[in-house]
Amino acid sequence: MTGLTALKNAYLPESMRLIRRYPLIEGVHFFQVRAVDMTRALSLDYLPGQFMMVSIPGIGEAPFSISSTPSRPGLLEFGIRRVGRVTNAIFQLKENQIIGVRGPYGNGFPVEKIKGNDLIIVMGGLGAIPLRSLLLYALDNRDQFGNIYLLHGAKTPSEMLFREEFLNFRYRDDLTCLLTVDQDDTGKWPCYTGLVTRLFQQLTDIIPQKTYVAVCGPPVMYKFVVAELLKLNIPKHQILMTLERRMKCGVGKCGHCIIGGYIYTCVDGPIFTYWDVIHMKGLI
Amino acid sequence: MRAVKLRKQDLPAFLKCVQSFGELWGPVREKDRQVLKKTDDVNQIDLTTIRTSLPFKKLLFPPRFSMFHFSGNKYTTSLEHLPNRIIFGLHPCDIHALLIMDDFFTRSFDDPYYTERRKKTAIIGFSCIPDEKCFCHATKTDTVEEGFDLFLTDLDDFFLIWVGSSLGDDMTRECPKIIDEGILPEDLKKYVEWRKYRNSQFKMDIDLTSMPEIFDLSYDSVIWEEEGEKCLSCGACTIVCPTCPCYHVYDKIEMGKIEGERMRQWDSCLFKEYSMVAEGHNFRESRAERLKLRFTHKLQAFVGEYGKPACVGCGRCIETCPVDIDIATIVRRLRGEEVKV
Repeated sequence: MTGLTALKNAYLPESMRLIRRYPLIEGVHFFQVRAVDMTRALSLDYLPGQFMMVSIPGIGEAPFSISSTPSRPGLLEFGIRRVGRVTNAIFQLKENQIIGVRGPYGNGFPVEKIKGNDLIIVMGGLGAIPLRSLLLYALDNRDQFGNIYLLHGAKTPSEMLFREEFLNFRYRDDLTCLLTVDQDDTGKWPCYTGLVTRLFQQLTDIIPQKTYVAVCGPPVMYKFVVAELLKLNIPKHQILMTLERRMKCGVGKCGHCIIGGYIYTCVDGPIFTYWDVIHMKGLI
Repeated sequence: MRAVKLRKQDLPAFLKCVQSFGELWGPVREKDRQVLKKTDDVNQIDLTTIRTSLPFKKLLFPPRFSMFHFSGNKYTTSLEHLPNRIIFGLHPCDIHALLIMDDFFTRSFDDPYYTERRKKTAIIGFSCIPDEKCFCHATKTDTVEEGFDLFLTDLDDFFLIWVGSSLGDDMTRECPKIIDEGILPEDLKKYVEWRKYRNSQFKMDIDLTSMPEIFDLSYDSVIWEEEGEKCLSCGACTIVCPTCPCYHVYDKIEMGKIEGERMRQWDSCLFKEYSMVAEGHNFRESRAERLKLRFTHKLQAFVGEYGKPACVGCGRCIETCPVDIDIATIVRRLRGEEVKV
């Protein structure tokens, strides 16, 4: 060691402040976080689809998709469901507490390739969390994208993530916003009922070669959504999906997120194409 | 490459010289095992060792260590006080494994816990005669041209020392009286004969050609189910493997305090929890899936990514597996050869 340069250790979390938190739906909360160092907060760049490792000292670390868009620098947003040890601890946090965060990690959505094309975003359940980043990014850079379609399915209105935000999108004229619930338990649901796949009937003038699709939702959703997309003749390498795996490092070393022996989800993913899924065994 | 000679009886004196460069670690016999150990007494070193039960990796990424200390939200790491070490006795297979690990831990991202230890580690390689579990000729890791500071070849009454680095050069110049610079024609002849003899001593052969394609075509093979049925998920093969780098991370905390350590510990892809995510969903529930992952990673994936398999033919997994799952048998079965199981 030369001793001239400070040791760069990417495993050390950065201090970030929890600015605000509130429930999105039962069991899923929204967390707004900002680097304590303001210069860092404003310069922290990332891509839609990337993730960060959130640390709770004494409990551990876990990966979370970023739900905010890099086109609005300063705050990082996460939608987090309470499911295990680390998320339980995150749910104990109070506003203004300091937490440890490192990243961003992963490949992110290929936004440069998507630009100039139409974009269909298909989200189900918690899939809304990473895809909201891509959606807001595309809306914030509206002139660089063709038509934008949002297809979002939830079990019931009360289980729809970002419900109010997305309901308001129906009034925008630069976006086709199609929202559906499996069951309307309120009797007041103003949009569609039925599975998200039924919304594809509304997509009429799709030019397949000029269309990218981003899909994220519960495992059962992929098969049916992909079938619809293939019916529309969307090229397999233009169907993008984001995958989940166990992760300990985020930098392609610890091994847990490996797929098929050679894909590290944390580095080569978490965004894959449907072609990757066919081509590389074990993805879904 | 510079080469010098050392008389056999001068090896202890030479190793004592080497100790002035740092802690000397070498193979030492402990009951029925040979282990890599810090050896203050150079006479403890067992030159007959074919393979130490654990490889060098335990020194470069220890089985368990603290990545950093946390106190509230302050994180501090200390990598400044690592000792200088000389590892004596690595055979060519292990030196190849070391080169693979060097590449793995620095490619695209510098893992400071590995690289800081590595920078302070010197390697003195040592020649060997293969036993019945060695297959480094099949993995093309039976000779080395790099990855060592010094490499000693045992030529009966003297050692031929290859000098592989500036530091290695310094070591030979530290004890000029016992280092012989003159390589004679008969020494060369002796070396050639020794190489010929060593090459003739391999007893096991594995054909690793076309492995990537063979893995692609046998993804759904019953072989994985059958071998998985035997596997105990004990992880011993990954623990002893010199190219298995996977690790688990957990926090260790003092009762009643908000201070503790973030620990890193060796993990194994054969453990059931390895691919398990929140709510217990497991991407590799069966032992067959996990066993397939291990072999696919070693023999297919690494070839695509690094141009060579992540197996160096050291034979440790064959020696260690309690149920005799054998890389040679698996490869033969994948190739469609009749193998008694």
